[in-house]
Amino acid sequence: MTFINPSETTNIPTYRVMDSDGVLLDKNRKPSGVSNEEILTWYKNMLTVSVMDVIMFEAQRQGRLSFYMVSAGEEGISVGSAAALTPDDVVFAQYRETGVFQQRGFTLKDFMSQLFANCHDNGRGRNMPVHYGSNYPRMHTISSPLATQIPQASGAAYALKLESLQNPDTPPRIVACYFGEGAASEGDFHAGLNIAATRSCPVVFICRNNGYAISTPTLEQYRGDGIASRGVGYGIDTIRVDGNDIFAVYEAMREARRIALSDGGKPVLIEAMSYRVSHHSTSDDSFAYRARVEVEDWKRRDNPIIRLRKWLENEGLWDEDTERTTREQLRKEVLKEFGEAEREKKPPLREAFEGVYEELTEEAQEQMKELKRILETYPEEYDLRQFKDGINGL
Amino acid sequence: MASLRLPRLIRPSGRRLYSGAASPSSRLNLPIDYKTTPLLHHTSSTLSESLELPGSTTSKSMNLYQAINSALRTALAKSEKVMLFGEDVAFGGVFRCSMDLQTEFGSERVFNTPLTEQGIVGFAIGAAAQGMKPVAEIQFADYVFPAFDQIVNEAAKFRYREGATGVHAGGMVVRMPCGAVGHGALYHSQSPEALFAHVPGVQVVVPRSPSQAKGLLLASIFEHNNPVIFMEPKCLYRAAVEHVPNEYYTIPLSKAEILKPGNDVTLISYGQPLYLCSAAIAAAEKALGVSVELIDLRTIYPWDRQTVLDSVKKTGRAIVVHESMINYGVGAEVAATIQDQAFLRLEAPVKRVAGWSTHTGLQYEKFILPDVARIYDAIKQSIEY
Repeated sequence: MTFINPSETTNIPTYRVMDSDGVLLDKNRKPSGVSNEEILTWYKNMLTVSVMDVIMFEAQRQGRLSFYMVSAGEEGISVGSAAALTPDDVVFAQYRETGVFQQRGFTLKDFMSQLFANCHDNGRGRNMPVHYGSNYPRMHTISSPLATQIPQASGAAYALKLESLQNPDTPPRIVACYFGEGAASEGDFHAGLNIAATRSCPVVFICRNNGYAISTPTLEQYRGDGIASRGVGYGIDTIRVDGNDIFAVYEAMREARRIALSDGGKPVLIEAMSYRVSHHSTSDDSFAYRARVEVEDWKRRDNPIIRLRKWLENEGLWDEDTERTTREQLRKEVLKEFGEAEREKKPPLREAFEGVYEELTEEAQEQMKELKRILETYPEEYDLRQFKDGINGL
Repeated sequence: MASLRLPRLIRPSGRRLYSGAASPSSRLNLPIDYKTTPLLHHTSSTLSESLELPGSTTSKSMNLYQAINSALRTALAKSEKVMLFGEDVAFGGVFRCSMDLQTEFGSERVFNTPLTEQGIVGFAIGAAAQGMKPVAEIQFADYVFPAFDQIVNEAAKFRYREGATGVHAGGMVVRMPCGAVGHGALYHSQSPEALFAHVPGVQVVVPRSPSQAKGLLLASIFEHNNPVIFMEPKCLYRAAVEHVPNEYYTIPLSKAEILKPGNDVTLISYGQPLYLCSAAIAAAEKALGVSVELIDLRTIYPWDRQTVLDSVKKTGRAIVVHESMINYGVGAEVAATIQDQAFLRLEAPVKRVAGWSTHTGLQYEKFILPDVARIYDAIKQSIEY
């Protein structure tokens, strides 16, 4: 009789392409088979997210928007993985994947319209900041509850699979599903991966293991060999990658996509290791539970942006001047869209009631009428100026 | 990042642009002034009488999260059976309710759990069934739903199912911050008390203030052998400050409280909207010359029907106010009970002022949730019926 003692088994290795100095581990191999132009685009997309994060974090501190979440330290995972997707692929994200939206063509105006919940916001002013959503490329609107997107991703992937069986002309598509290592403790994680395995769904699960779920470190989140070891238990092809290495992330995702589309479809799990350099959100002060020096060390030691920048500089594709002018340009663009989005009207008041059902219920119509009566009876009590069409928006 | 300077384009503004600030001309929908509201004990003088404590009781001024912290500290010190756990509880919790408690009582009884609400509540039920008094924290009421199965099918039915074995899940308290703050949108605003009140077997409690919260929470832990859902209005965590007794004391569950006597209309509410009711009553009594009685239900289920019915039989008019959606809400149950048992004493239909039957869309919160103007209008309509 032999019990398997997990502490005696070998840990799953971490896939890396370049080291923290931006030097390729295998110097004979060009990374990933992508063009330098493409790699420069990744770099600029990571910078854009980073520049936007700094501005929006500060704007929240000034009271300009109610909430914000940065993704500092995790730009490589989101940009690198999204770079391996086609526009027809479908994304279910959590809330720290701004880089996925950026890489897939979400514009600064799209970001700002959502952040200020104005009348150009896809979410019609209904959602908290950073709950982005896009119809095409399809990125389902972020939902705050954790892990709920995981079984949904499996179902969506199954839909894609059936569709391609029923119509072989459809381009091959997968679902990419993002979540953190904290969310992987939810029951939905188990449900989602297990059902994807049993129904052979073409879905790639990307776990961003950034070390913290708000204040809870991974030591108190799980025992065992991270999230990756669980994929093996579900019978799912699994890899662990260095999330600060955008080449490794891209290559893993590109291969995962290929596997997901093989044999009629199957799920894949990627565990991308990183460190949450930022506070959890603008509502959090992480120095209440971790040492400032720990964060500073991480920032200095390793970071997906700096790592790729070093590689670009070694290749002669980037330098200090380009960095400065690019950052300044991005900053200007963000601030321009910021100003315009903030000045824009909010959606009409009827959006408070619409969208609950396909059509307004009789009850909702009566409530809108009653609200309108209140607004007309007590006009001095309500400021409707910022809403499109004022009281007639109801 | 705090030192970062933003250029003039987004220089700091004087007010929070995002929040639905009251119109400059508002007379009714003004921000609640928690420093002067009659609902809080601004001095210790009124405290011992209203809580039926000895005159020698000492107290300290504190806000709601500090009062919860004080209750938890009192409970952990009183009995080794009390445990406290949930997501991020160890460092003090995201709302600071469990501050310093792990340091004081050790990580055996005060600890972080993995991020799994169904796990947290199931764990609590198991511990309670084995005789402990687990206090489980769900980080936001909006996130309790993975635990709905554990609460509805397990905690609520445990005693009934066990029958003669006598085993039950009493002693378990599931705490959760609830309610809107003005910018929580779909998932940081909900008040799901009606969903739990539909389930016989759990007690549902919503405190209105720091001193109420401490007494009700200690009663939930020690004085009832039923599982309790304890919902804390999170916008009161810092805003509501009052004197709270230092000692152990309890406030009975399933007992409403008349906060202000009146003759013409009965206002029935609980939690944060009581402050809106109080402001609306002040305006209505001044402008309309009416006398309004205000009742805090405190326990949503099983609820104190007698206090409400006695009041409505006296006034002949009733208005139920709550933040969560009006459809199939607490107001529906209260109104139906009133019309069933006090029909001949009614001078006007029972009114409900509650959230509209929609979700809490970010930009629309102040139009969706009850406000002072809508409560004032309901009082006027009820009187003029």
